[in-house]
Amino acid sequence: MREYELIIIGGGSAGLAATMGAYENGLKDILLIEREPELGGILLQCIHNGFGLHMFDEELAGPTYAERWINKVLETDVEIKLNTAVLSINNDLTLEYSNEDEGYRIVKAKSIVLAMGCRERSRGAIAIPGYRPAGVLTAGTAQKYVNILGNEIGKKVFILGSGDIGLIMARRMRLEGAEVVGVAEIMPYSNGLPRNVKQCLDDYNIPLYLSHTVTFIDGHDRVNSITISKVDDNLNPLKGTEKILEVDTLLLSVGLIPENDLSEMAGIELEMKTNGPIVDDKFETSIPGIFACGNVLHVHDLVDYVSKEALNAGKSAAEYVLKKSSKYEYITVTHDNNLVYILPNKIINENENNVELMYRVKTPMKKATINLICDGMIVRSIKKANLTPSIMGKIMVAKKLLKGTELIVNIKEEIL
Amino acid sequence: MYDYIIIGAGINGSFMAHELSKYNLNVMVIEKGPDVATGATIANSAIIHAGHDPKPGTLKAKLNVEGNSMYPKICKDLDADFKHTSAFVTATSMEESPSIDMLYKQAKGRNIPCEILDKGQAKALEPNLSDNTVKVLNLPSTGIITPWEVAYNLMEEAIINGVELSLNIKVLGIISRPKTCYVDKSQSMGRLGYEIITNKGTFKTANIINAAGVYADEIYNMLKPKESFSITGRKGEYYILDKLANPLVNRVIYPIPSSKGKGVLVVPTVHGNTLLGPSSDFIDDKGGNFTDTETLKYVKAQVNRTVKNIPFNKVIKTYAGLRPTGNTGDFIISESDEFQGFINVAAIESPGLASAPAITKYVLNTIIEKQVILKPKKQYINRTKLPILNRMSLEEKIKLWNKEPKYGNIICRCESISEGEILDAIRRPLGATTVDGIKRRVRPGSGRCQGGFCQPEIINILARELNKPVEEIALFNKDSNIITKGEIN
Repeated sequence: MREYELIIIGGGSAGLAATMGAYENGLKDILLIEREPELGGILLQCIHNGFGLHMFDEELAGPTYAERWINKVLETDVEIKLNTAVLSINNDLTLEYSNEDEGYRIVKAKSIVLAMGCRERSRGAIAIPGYRPAGVLTAGTAQKYVNILGNEIGKKVFILGSGDIGLIMARRMRLEGAEVVGVAEIMPYSNGLPRNVKQCLDDYNIPLYLSHTVTFIDGHDRVNSITISKVDDNLNPLKGTEKILEVDTLLLSVGLIPENDLSEMAGIELEMKTNGPIVDDKFETSIPGIFACGNVLHVHDLVDYVSKEALNAGKSAAEYVLKKSSKYEYITVTHDNNLVYILPNKIINENENNVELMYRVKTPMKKATINLICDGMIVRSIKKANLTPSIMGKIMVAKKLLKGTELIVNIKEEIL
Repeated sequence: MYDYIIIGAGINGSFMAHELSKYNLNVMVIEKGPDVATGATIANSAIIHAGHDPKPGTLKAKLNVEGNSMYPKICKDLDADFKHTSAFVTATSMEESPSIDMLYKQAKGRNIPCEILDKGQAKALEPNLSDNTVKVLNLPSTGIITPWEVAYNLMEEAIINGVELSLNIKVLGIISRPKTCYVDKSQSMGRLGYEIITNKGTFKTANIINAAGVYADEIYNMLKPKESFSITGRKGEYYILDKLANPLVNRVIYPIPSSKGKGVLVVPTVHGNTLLGPSSDFIDDKGGNFTDTETLKYVKAQVNRTVKNIPFNKVIKTYAGLRPTGNTGDFIISESDEFQGFINVAAIESPGLASAPAITKYVLNTIIEKQVILKPKKQYINRTKLPILNRMSLEEKIKLWNKEPKYGNIICRCESISEGEILDAIRRPLGATTVDGIKRRVRPGSGRCQGGFCQPEIINILARELNKPVEEIALFNKDSNIITKGEIN
């Protein structure tokens, strides 16, 4: 059985950067597996700009950002398999893949980086009532039809959910000549980046219905109308607020879920809040030698952060293979209810180095204080402004500040 | 002139077609939908009930028990899934407890294998049963199938053996005349002949089998009979849970039945998902198979009564189906007194799926054998089995890939379905022509992404294979197009 030093699963933004992170830190025997015919992942269908500000100090379109990384990878002698699906991973670091040229194969790795990205929540998952006609698509699938395949998918469109892809697709559909009737968001605030609300909706006079949701889909064959309703504080639709909108297409941008089917097959422990693997600050999962980064770990809002994270995960994999690092003592990380999640879930207890904590708040906060608590003592206090669930926050902490076996992260909104 | 025209290609139309294809008869099936199994057959609980609960003395009771015993062999012959899961009828209060004893007695009287379990015994087998469970009736002969798979495979074998299937045909009217009015080459002994007027021309036949589901009353009434029956749609709404919710339950979990039927169930499926449902509400619109918030809430509340720890965050789909409920309280299976040769197979609501093979046998033995002389075909051809790669060993998969490299190209990541299997679904005798047709035959789009990733690829494969532009490849019928224009600039 062929054994690689490292196998990276997924050739999107995370997989590409993880490859470079490992390669530049001394690993040469690397296999990168991608199921699509090209490297680049979802970036290839993101033809809008806004990528690369942190990584390259430039504003690039998705495919250009991807190309920069693809070119770096192509300059290495990393083995790349395209059109190849990984069917299973085992906890002994063997995996089964298949493609048209080689059929079904099993290979082994000294280390694995999971970089499978995420998938979109579908209509079924949120149980929108009504008929089941054609014309109901997730925003990302719609983006693939329009931007990659060059197909028109509707003429009069409504969008449920103000996630970034939903906002981007609102503008995209308008530019393709469709009428975009509006965007509904069940929360009282947008779930997309503020700049996307401005540039994709406001600039095109597309209405955003906050605290609204779709409560019925009508049409036996193709969508012919939808009903939207206002929701109360518990997100339940309010009777009497129904509004029927005649559209032929409903796009859904109602959340992304890390795609961890393979991780679960391997028996990797997942975290309920992120839907991703539990990792330490080297991005190592509960199975030694398997690392995770990018949207398979937690859903990001900026690709630049995916790349940075993946560079580190790749580096960690290289260190694991080359040094076979010894067992660590860990500080477990927990948080209060005002945060959706915090990563990493545990921190290697050492006196040197820094750790970058990543978090999302549950509700928007104008001003807040984040307290890091060890052994009942606040070891650091950070003031933050304009926090919102759509923006992932980061805190860099010197590890020497951390004491004991547990770090609790609390966030408190400052009442103005 | 046909010997038989079967109206409706649901589970009963398919069983009838399959049975008649064994004899030297001219048979046609007409179906208004774009595929086999698009009505009640596609949206039900997929259970082969044991036969414990229908009222004594009904056709439902007789045919359910018989049908249950026929399924394992039928599914084996057809290469369709059948799984003996067994079922629990659960009492969750002392008041419900006597119903368990009553059902036990009734089941025993019908020679249905059964036993009563106390709470401890039941929970040892099904840990997620409600803590309120007091007593359980275990019904080991209960099974589960994929109803449309059985229908496809039956119809496919019928087609291979000479039955004609015409899809997208809507019956507009039916006329009967004395058979002497026709040049009759049929083998029917009856005195009447029929003309079925459709949107695609008129078809002549000596006999009609009316298996039109919720529309069976409307079909029969086209003849203006003196005595008729009526069918009302009774809607059932369901949730489907992701495979990751497994194992929630290993058996079918029924509450105590009520006047509204078997109640809201928790059902494992053949493919490892879990169904929650159905509700039961009469509706006027026979096309009204929509879901609504209130009813879905009701389903949630009901299943929580019998089973605990249901992960509603693992829902991947909701759907609704209509059961054809007749006005007699029983199946309506008989030859019309007034119109000889016109056979109603109507009001086949629950336990219709479980009874279906027995219904066909009953129709054959009590009606058809008196209408025609049944001469078995000298040669009967069985359909070829199709490979399912995600159930194969590595060696078997490699062997298959050696024959056809497309079996190595995975299209559906959630269910691990290869391009080779999708091509099989299109190229087989009863081939898929739509995205849903592919999904029901080989499952891409049935998984947790619900087709988000593979649908564009499925459309491309269908377009290539059927030699059609992509905008003509639809979800399930010609008006349900997904792509509105093939190319934009």
